[in-house]
Order: sequence, then structure tokens, then C-alpha cells
Amino acid sequence: MNATTASKGTRVLGAVALVGVATMLLFGLVISPPDGVSVAQAEGGQRIGQGEVVRIMYVHVPTAIIAFLAFFVTVAGSIVYLLRRSEWADVVAHASGELGAVLLFAALVTGALWGEPVWGTYWEWQDPRLTTTAVLFFLVLGYLAVRRLPLERGRRSRLSAVVGLLLGPTTVVCHFATTWWVGLHQGPTISRLDPQIDGTMLFSLMVAMATFGVLYAWLVLHRFRVLWLENRVEDLGLEVALAERRAEGRTMATSGVVGSPPTPSGVPS
Amino acid sequence: MWRDAALVAAKDLRIEARTRVALNQLAPFAVLVLLLFAFAFDAERTVLRGATPGLFWVAILLASLLAVQRAFALERPDGLRDAVRLSGLHPGGLFLGKVAAVAVQLFALEALLAVGVVALYDASLSAPLLLVPTCIVGALGLAAVGCTYGGLTGGQRVAETILPLLVLPALAPLLLAATQAFEAAAEDRPGEGWRWLALLVAFAAGYVGLGTATFGILLDDG
Repeated sequence: MNATTASKGTRVLGAVALVGVATMLLFGLVISPPDGVSVAQAEGGQRIGQGEVVRIMYVHVPTAIIAFLAFFVTVAGSIVYLLRRSEWADVVAHASGELGAVLLFAALVTGALWGEPVWGTYWEWQDPRLTTTAVLFFLVLGYLAVRRLPLERGRRSRLSAVVGLLLGPTTVVCHFATTWWVGLHQGPTISRLDPQIDGTMLFSLMVAMATFGVLYAWLVLHRFRVLWLENRVEDLGLEVALAERRAEGRTMATSGVVGSPPTPSGVPS
Repeated sequence: MWRDAALVAAKDLRIEARTRVALNQLAPFAVLVLLLFAFAFDAERTVLRGATPGLFWVAILLASLLAVQRAFALERPDGLRDAVRLSGLHPGGLFLGKVAAVAVQLFALEALLAVGVVALYDASLSAPLLLVPTCIVGALGLAAVGCTYGGLTGGQRVAETILPLLVLPALAPLLLAATQAFEAAAEDRPGEGWRWLALLVAFAAGYVGLGTATFGILLDDG
């Protein structure tokens, strides 16, 4: 039996992700300049900008964007599951939702750490992007809670798919929050034809985006396989337990062993 | 579907009228929340008066959790949930009936709490033409969201504890819009208030549509 969820493809993906992380660190921490040196100079020659703090951007922006992407995958998986009852789509939605939650949490934490030196506060209630992201995060926690309900799998999957669908509108609102309303977050910066960012910074950010994208794909693949195997174990659970008991009974009868019953897995406690 | 909705709503409201759970438990709970806010804010009338719109809607929101749990607990004992599924009622009608029954109870609760905030917080409620529609649509939105998720957790004790986790974040836009509409009414900015009410209508309509479409799946009929 294969004791790993890795395959040739995921090993390659993992290696690419690790190289990507190293490259991201090189560009994010060494090559890209601090804000204010290359971009903005005040009239009096005094430096303005965020200085070294801007480097948080190389984690904050990619984690937020890939998290949104992950939730769209969850929504798509939920729709496909509801239409076709595809276990594959259900497991993809689950795996992507989990990874999305981790990435969104990272985006919230890095955002707070970035906000304190730049805005003077960890949290600003008047900022629509922040508040909608917080709401989205708790919706995702709710989705993951439904995924863990001790129900029959088919029912749990149907309920999860309906809750997963509801992540869609919130993610859209969250994404467009900076366009629709005025807040502390700046509007679209890199997703426009004339990106409003220094060239090296933009390249470093693109490296970080690609790296987090590959990391997401790599981890989702592994998580998908673990969840798929969990489903198989659940399918086989009762049959395997009964077979184990019968085998133990036969062994004890032939060897004449009398003692405390073995643990369910057959391994002595 | 509409006939089924009317049947279910009448059935739920008749049960409420006979058991008086809303009157004996829901209403005292909501008023108690108002009292607790006053304790938490050190009975500072100026603060309470300023925060009245938010406190009013938070109290309604918390009470709506109980109302929704109650609405779906009615069918828990003796396999009634299965009986409802076997009755041949349209799932959308079932959902709309539940929403209507919960919304009526919440609207009555809003009327009670409106008196409560005037008496306890010294709040002045003006612009009834804006406040009353806000309360009606707010109650409808709360009921729609609650029943969408209530259908999910209804009838299963294992799922009951996650109802607040699912419902409260989903209700954040409603809380915001309803509070802002109340504030606009209090500060004599009706134009802004109507815009928030429009958002509230869109939100409620969205959830009524979504719940009607998905309730069959939540009941395992899909």
C-alpha cells in the first residue's frame, strides 16, 4: 500500500514551490527596494513612503488574492456537486476551502501587521475591504464547521455545498470592496493596464503571486488525496473493523490467549 | 407553492399562539438583552441613546437565532421532519411558510423592542415611514437567512451549535443596512435611509430566492 499522498507530479510541484519561496524571499527581502526610495520623493527632498514595511506586501497581497481564488474553486466545486453529485467536486471544494481559510487568515494577520505602521492602527472599521474580509473569514469557518458535522457523508456534502455556494457573493463583494467604496485600502493597483507600482516591486510581487499560487495547488492536491482516502476509509470502516475482530477472535482461539481485549486497530495499547 | 407556504405559516403561527413560546421566552429574552446593554454601558443615557439603532438590531438579531431554532425544533420530535418530507408539500413553500411565520414573530418583537428603547434608553423614534418598512424588511431578511441555515441544522442536535456561526456572519450586511437606515431616520436624512432600505430589500430578496431554491436540497429532497 502506498503510504504517501505524493506522486511524481506533486513532487515536481513541491520542488517548484520551494524554489519559488527562495526566489520570493530573495526578491522580497533583498532585490526589491524599500518604498519611498525609488518611487516617491517629497518636494523638500524628504523621503516619503512606507520604507521597509512595504515588504509585507509580498505576503499580504498574494495570500489574499489566492484565498479569493480558492473560494471561487470551492463555489465551483459546490455547484458541480449539486448538479452532478460528483465526489471529486465535493472533495475539491473541501480542500480548497481549507487552504483558502489558512491563506485568508494569513492575509488578515499580515494586513493588521502592515496596517499598524502605515495607517497607525491594526484594524480600521471604516475600511470596507477589512470588514468584508472579516465576514468572509467567519463564513468560511462556518463552512468548515459544516464539513466536520458527524452526519452521513452524502447529507454532509449536500449541506456543505449549499453553504459553500454562499461564499461566492461575499467573495465578490470583498474583492470589489475597494472599487465600490472608499476606504483605507487603495483601489486596483496591479490589475490595470498601467500598474501603479515600481517595476522591481511589481516583478517581486508577481514572483510572490506565482509562488503562492503553486503552493496552493501543491497543498490542495495533497489535501484532496488525504480527504479522498478518508472517504475510502469511511466506506470501508465497518467492514474492516468486523474483519479485524473476526481475525483477532480466530488468532486468540488458536493460540489460547486469554487477556485484555486488543485495541480497535489491533495494536496493543 | 404559495398555498403550501400559507399552510405552513398558519400551522407554525397556530402552534406559537397555543404554546406561547415567543411570548414567554423570546420577548423576555430580547428585553433582557436591552437591559444587559444598559448595564454594560454603565446606564449612560447619552451613550445608549446614540447607540440605540445598533443595540436594537443586535437584540433582534440574537432573538432571531432563538426564533429560528424554535421554528425548526417544532418538527424534531417523533420523526415529524420525515412526516413533513412525506407530506408532498413543495420545499419552496415550506421554506416560505417558515420564513413568514418567523418574520411575523420578529416584527412583533421589533414593535416591543421599539417601545423598550424609548422607555429604557430614552431614544426618540422619528420618521415612521422609513422605520416601519425597515422593520418589516429587516424581519423578513432575518427570517430568510435564519431559515436557510435553519433548514440545514434543523432536526439534528449535532448541527444546532453551528447555527450562530453560520447565521451571524451572513447577517452582517443586514445589521449594517438596518442600523444605518435607523440612524438616517433618527438624524433626519431620509434620502440616505431609503438607500439603505433598498440594500436591505435586495439582501432579503436574495436570501428568500436562494432559500426557496435550495430548501429542497437541505431537506434531502434534492
